[in-house]
Amino acid sequence: MIVLDRVTKIYNHKTGPVLSRVTLHIKPKEFVIVVGQSGAGKTTLLRLLTREEKPSSGKIIVGGIDFDKLNDKDIPILRRKIGVVFQDFKLLNNRTVFENIAFALEIVGASKKEIQKTVPKVLEIVNLKGKEKRMPLELSGGETQRVAIARAIVRQPKILVADEPTGNLDPKHAWDVIKVLEKINRFGTTVLLTTHNVTIVNKLKRRVVTLEHGKIISDRANAEYKI
Amino acid sequence: MHRKLTTFIRIIRNGTINFVRNLSLAAAAIAVMTVTLTIILFSLIVNATFSNTINQITSKIDISVYLNSSITTQQVNNLMSELKNLPNVRKVDYISQNQALADYKTENSSNKSLLQALSVIGTNPLPASIEISPVNPDKIQTIKNFLDEPQNITLQDPQAGTSYSGDEKAAIDKIAHATDIIREAGVVAVIVFACISALIIFNTIRMTIFNRREEINIMRLLGANSWYIKGPFIVESAFYGVISAFISIFIIDVLFAGSASALQASSLGLLDIGYANHDFRTHFWILLTIQLAIGILIGAASAVIATRRYLKLKTSR
Repeated sequence: MIVLDRVTKIYNHKTGPVLSRVTLHIKPKEFVIVVGQSGAGKTTLLRLLTREEKPSSGKIIVGGIDFDKLNDKDIPILRRKIGVVFQDFKLLNNRTVFENIAFALEIVGASKKEIQKTVPKVLEIVNLKGKEKRMPLELSGGETQRVAIARAIVRQPKILVADEPTGNLDPKHAWDVIKVLEKINRFGTTVLLTTHNVTIVNKLKRRVVTLEHGKIISDRANAEYKI
Repeated sequence: MHRKLTTFIRIIRNGTINFVRNLSLAAAAIAVMTVTLTIILFSLIVNATFSNTINQITSKIDISVYLNSSITTQQVNNLMSELKNLPNVRKVDYISQNQALADYKTENSSNKSLLQALSVIGTNPLPASIEISPVNPDKIQTIKNFLDEPQNITLQDPQAGTSYSGDEKAAIDKIAHATDIIREAGVVAVIVFACISALIIFNTIRMTIFNRREEINIMRLLGANSWYIKGPFIVESAFYGVISAFISIFIIDVLFAGSASALQASSLGLLDIGYANHDFRTHFWILLTIQLAIGILIGAASAVIATRRYLKLKTSR
């Protein structure tokens, strides 16, 4: 589903590479956690997958799309295949929860009827039923994160990428969010999650890829987080 | 297909919403676009009016050949058929001595002493004549050359000879020259103001893009294609054109309605206000369509360029 082959990303030659010869294969329906300290290159890795950044060298294939053959004008096709939960949510604060989720569907030309049918279902999955009319700023951190997840999955992508979705949450809310991600994974979506929350990693017992200074230093199944 | 239609409708709807929200920002763009369209409209009407004036004067230009009193009917007919065969001749009319006298009397019906003098003379002092209307007044010389040929000179009245309406020709030249200048000035003014409109629209769009950068960025990350993002800006700018077209046509309407009734003498220098007003009203819908088309074109084209320039839709290296 996701293939990275010796991918290197250099922003500034003086500071050295942010990612260095990263090779990673993720199969369909896998649940993979990428861990590492701040600045280890986790966010850059995800930004490469959504083509917010281009690699300095190396090969990337996501959902059958070879990035070497990807034109700028075809980037939307790629981004429609991947659901992304951003570290800073990226919700529109002047729109309601419902409108924020509907936004992702409007962009791809879904009809009003489709939107009215799909959005409530997704809100149910992320346990936000009844909060349709709230504005993002009225919600708690965990709720806001779940709105972001709802928006990411509303188009039923094959791949879900979540960047530190538990970053600013207390343990209880963090776990709520993770449970939602597990539920989505059970529905058949490949999930790629970055975090530096040790408790969550150890509790999940999933494949863990550890990044340090831009390099993969370990990649183990059913692993625990060791630093 | 259905999705494309939904998307298209959404682009139009988003553009309309943005237009309403940005109205204060759009004021400058609309104002300068209105000036541009008003100049275009005014130039169109002035052009049509001047052409009309030129045509009117041109149709009055003719050559009068005064005939020798001893000339026979046969000779008159020969001369007329020869004249009709000349390439630049549109119309040839024979005016007999009696006809000439009758015309003279009606033209001077208010001048009693002149009419009295005529009756004192007893005989008809006016010569018969042939009136020739040229196709092109500029090429009147060819007809003149023909009439100056020796066998034709002898047919003409030695005193009266031929009149060529020289003054009218000079007037036409003046108007044609003035029309050219106004046309050129109009084109220059339109280009200048169209550029200013475009620049102001650029700036308006740049500010809007800046205000909405967050939303645009999210759209981009969620996989909106570039037309979904650009489209509303183009719709919004096209609205500037539509609004400006209506304002400019309203301005011209008020201007002509006001000046046509205020200036009872329907002519203002060379510009025939009465005709201009008439021309505006008979062609109202065509002119409105032209205005709308130009307004939408300027708006949309500026938006296409501005979004290409300011919307960062490409991935960084």
